[in-house]
This record gives sequence, structure tokens and C-alpha cells, in this order.
Amino acid sequence: MSTLVVEQLFNGIQLGILLFLLAAGLTLIFGIMDLMNLAHGSLYMLGAYVSSTVALASGSFMLGVVVALPAILLLGVLLESAVLRRLYRSGHLDQVLATFGMILFFNEFVRVVWGPAGIEVPLPPFLTGTVYPGGVALPVYRLVVMAVGLAVAGFLYVLVAKTRIGMLIRAGASNREMTAALGVDIGRVFTLVFGLGAALAGLAGAMAGPIFAVSIGMGENVLIQTFVVIVIGGIGSIRGAFVGALLIGVIDIMGRSFLKDIFGLFLPFDAAETAAPAVASMLIYILMATVLFFRPQGLFPARTG
Amino acid sequence: MRLSARTIVVLAVLAILAVVPAISAWTDVPFWTDLGRRMMILSIAALSLNLLMGYGGMISFGHAVYVGVGAYAVGICAFYDITDGYVQLAIALAASALLALVFGAISLRTRGVYFIMITLALAQMMYYLGAGLDTYGGDDGLPINQSSDFGIVDFGASVPFYYLTFALLLLALLFMQRLVNSRFGMVIQGIRSNEARMQALGHPTLRSRLAAFVIAGMMAGLAGVLLANHTNFANPEMMHWTRSGDLIVMVLLGGMGTVAGPVVGTVVYLALEEFLSGITEYWQLIIGPFLVLVVLFARGGLLGFLSDGRRDG
Repeated sequence: MSTLVVEQLFNGIQLGILLFLLAAGLTLIFGIMDLMNLAHGSLYMLGAYVSSTVALASGSFMLGVVVALPAILLLGVLLESAVLRRLYRSGHLDQVLATFGMILFFNEFVRVVWGPAGIEVPLPPFLTGTVYPGGVALPVYRLVVMAVGLAVAGFLYVLVAKTRIGMLIRAGASNREMTAALGVDIGRVFTLVFGLGAALAGLAGAMAGPIFAVSIGMGENVLIQTFVVIVIGGIGSIRGAFVGALLIGVIDIMGRSFLKDIFGLFLPFDAAETAAPAVASMLIYILMATVLFFRPQGLFPARTG
Repeated sequence: MRLSARTIVVLAVLAILAVVPAISAWTDVPFWTDLGRRMMILSIAALSLNLLMGYGGMISFGHAVYVGVGAYAVGICAFYDITDGYVQLAIALAASALLALVFGAISLRTRGVYFIMITLALAQMMYYLGAGLDTYGGDDGLPINQSSDFGIVDFGASVPFYYLTFALLLLALLFMQRLVNSRFGMVIQGIRSNEARMQALGHPTLRSRLAAFVIAGMMAGLAGVLLANHTNFANPEMMHWTRSGDLIVMVLLGGMGTVAGPVVGTVVYLALEEFLSGITEYWQLIIGPFLVLVVLFARGGLLGFLSDGRRDG
């Protein structure tokens, strides 16, 4: 039992890290540009499709990831400069409508190009193994995903906290007009941040491929989980995104795995059997509502003004 | 009274809706009646969302939930052999009001992007709840074998049901017209423009916004009751976030902040969907970029095009 708990805890952290990759980019986009971007999930989906296609064609999983990253970055920059840039000033509604249109387009685009069936992505042999530290089974690939996620988190920390670009990003997040007035080309910072966010979404998609099914609509479920992460963590805060993502990942996985047993302690078996899956899928939203009730700005509010 | 271009369009759309069953009977295509009824039902839902978006400035991305709750109220009642329409309606309205009260109390504490994401997440929670309710069909949904029994109008009969829906749509329009011009409507619009000022004037702004949220939820619940009878089905898909997105599109397409705009938006959107899906299986490849173009070039929606340049923010 206890090894199962550790394994599921591990799975939860790993899901959390994946969510962090999506949330980190999105929270910056929300925080700095005040842009409501629904299409972030589409970038994740396209990252998965591009990388798995390349991986299947070339036989190299790594090549798939390496190709997907710049491809999605480029797509993100393209979307930003062609459409989204014009919407920064026009309010959230227009942004919702435009990015909703993009989701419809990209979902259908994937259906036309790749067909309605999903794609199975095989892992290279050196990533397929499992290690057993202390009797707990940990798949190597999931360890790699965690390592990459942590590396990205470290990279983002250094980028945002220690570099000049990071300084501009933070300045843009706390006061856009003032930053622009001080002579910073805030448009370029926006494009950069959007491209960075897109690349992270693409990376998350590419890495999620072998774990989850690569399928149409895969981006939307994860997008809404990402929203929950950002709401909990506080918009614009990378630290909040990290904590929120781990919290959501662990609670979601643990709820799905153990809620039935927990309910079984005080409910009749049948009732526990029916209630547990429904409640498990609601758990993260209940957590979100609770956090909001006490801290409407999230756990780590980034904005001061 | 000189009629503006906007009013003419709205009247024309309503006139067409009024004669759809006749055209349907004449051309022997029952499908038109079906489509027309669906347009009117979703129009009622879009009207209610417009109270929030257009007048209250609250961008709720989870409005389809209340439609789904209304539909599930009918479905679950029918499941237990309660077919009395008035009982079903009362339960549907009470359930959607209660849910709107709870969700509103949670989400209205926040603003902007937060509000959009929270309403979306809460709606998705209800979607998963619906999909998890194995007793009531779970993922597959709940078939409704017997339509609501309202005594006077047979919901199972296509044309009477159509005209009842039509009458309800007109009532809903009238109600909205009265509501937004009432004192309450003014307060809601005042809050949209400047909440701090309304507070300073002594209005309990949160309470007013919550009231609007509940009213809109109940109207959507009513649309759900009709939709359940229209499709003879209640399923989680009705609460899926893309349905909420569709409602937003309908409101925006018609032009926010005009009472009848959402009706035009709904009719146009569903007609477009029908027309495009007749041409190509991949119609979303067209509608997606179309929405982007509407945002970039037709701000204020289709009716905004026809207005004299004055647009609501």
C-alpha cells in the first residue's frame, strides 16, 4: 500500500510538472499582456502532433522534440504578430472570441492533416526502463520528464529574476505603460514572452505524447487544468504556477487513486464506488474555489497595482 | 416612429422565425422546424448571457452549465416518472438559481481574466460531474422518453411546441427590454461603467451583480428545459465548455448590449453552421478564422455594423 502511495505521489508530481510547463508560459501571458489566450492548449496539442509525427518518421524521439520546440515557437510568434497583438487593447471578450476561433480552426486542422484517430508514440529504448529505488517502481521516462520540467523551472527563475530581459518582463508585468514610457519596446517583450510560452506549451505537448494519448482536444482538458493552476497560484507569478501545478497534479492523481478507499471508510461500498470518481474529478475545482474564497488573488499575487 | 436598420433586422428575423413551420410544411422538410426551434431555444440562453456580458460586463465562460442543469432537471424528473411540466420547471429554475447563486458568490469576487477562468473551471467541474453520474447515464447522457406534460401544449408535437417556444422567446425579449431599462438594469450598467462610483452612491454592487447572475442562470435553465424536450435528451455535452463558448460567440456576433442582438447572433451562427457543414465536413476550418476576422474587423457584432457608429464598450 505505501509503495502504491509513493508511486501515485510520484505520478502526481510528474503531472504537476507537465502542468507547470503550460502554466508558466500562460501565466506570463496573462500577467504581462493581460491577454486571455484560450489557444494555449492548441499549441500544446500541435507540439504533441508535430513531435510524434517527426518521431515516427525519423525513428528518433529526441529529434521529434527538437523539431517541435522551434516549430511551435515560430507558430506562437506568428499568431502573436498576426492577430493577438492587435487585441491587447480591445478587451478580454475579443480575445476570448478570437482564440476560441483559433481552437476550432486548429482542432479541425489536425483532423484534416492527421485524421480523427490518435497517434501512439513509442519511446526510444533507453527511456523505456523502470528503476526501483526502495521497491518503488519509477518509469525512467517519467523521471526524465520531471528532470526536464525542473530544469525549465530553474531556467525560468534565472531568466526572470537574474537577467535584463527578465527585468523587462517583470517591469512589464507590474506596469505596462510605465515600462513603455521609459523607452522599452514593450511590443518586442510581448512577442518574446508569447513565443517563450508557446515553446513551453509545445515542449509539454511533445513530452506528454508518450504518456497520454496524442489526440484532438487533448489540449482543452489540460488547458482548463492549467487555468485552475494559474488561478490558484496567482496570475503572473511563476512561483505561484510552480506551487499550484504541483498541488493540482498531486491532488488530482491522489484523488483519483485513493478517494474510493477513503470514502469506503465511512460510506457503504456501493455509494463509495459511485461517488468517488465524480468527486475525484471535481476535487481540483473545489480546491480552486476554496483558495479563491480565502485569497481571491491566488496564493502568490504578482501584481501590485 | 422611424425604424432603425437594427430594429428592421430584428423584426425580419422574428418574422422569419414565425413562419418557419409553414415553410417547413410547404417544402415538406421537417428539419427546418427543428432548426428554427433550436435557434429560438439557444436564443433564450444567449439573451440571458447578454444580461451578464452586454449589460453587466461579466464575461461568464460557463453559461451552458445552467442550460445543462435545466435539461438534467427534466431528465432526472422523467427518470423518476415525474412528467408534470410545472414541477419539472420549478425544479429546473430552483436548481439553476441555486447553482448560479453558489457559482456567482465564488466567481464574482474576482475580475477580468480570473473571472473568465473561474467560471470556465466551475462549468467544467459540472461537466465532469454529469459525466460521472452513472445512475443518470454518465458520459452517454440520459434519454428522456416522455416529454414534459404542461397540459395545454403538447411538447411532443412539433408545431405547438415550436410556437410555445416562439412565445417564450418573445416574452424573454420583452422581459429583458423591461429589465435593462428598469432601475435594476441601470444599476447593473452603472456597475459595468464604474463600480467604485456605484459603491460610493451607496449601491450594494456585489449583491446586484449576483442578482443579475442568478436571473441569467434561471433564464438559461428555462432554455435547458426546452432543450431537453427538443432533443429528448440530457447529456454532459450540453455543459461542455465549447457550448459556453458558442453562447459567447452568439452574443458577440449579434452585438452586445442590444436587447435583441443575441437573437440575431444565434440565428446567424446556427444558420452559418448548418450552411457550412452542408458544404464541407471540415466547416470549422472556415468558422474559426471567420471568428478571428469578426473580432478584427467587425467589432460590435453584425448589428454593430448597422448602427450609427455608436458602440458599446
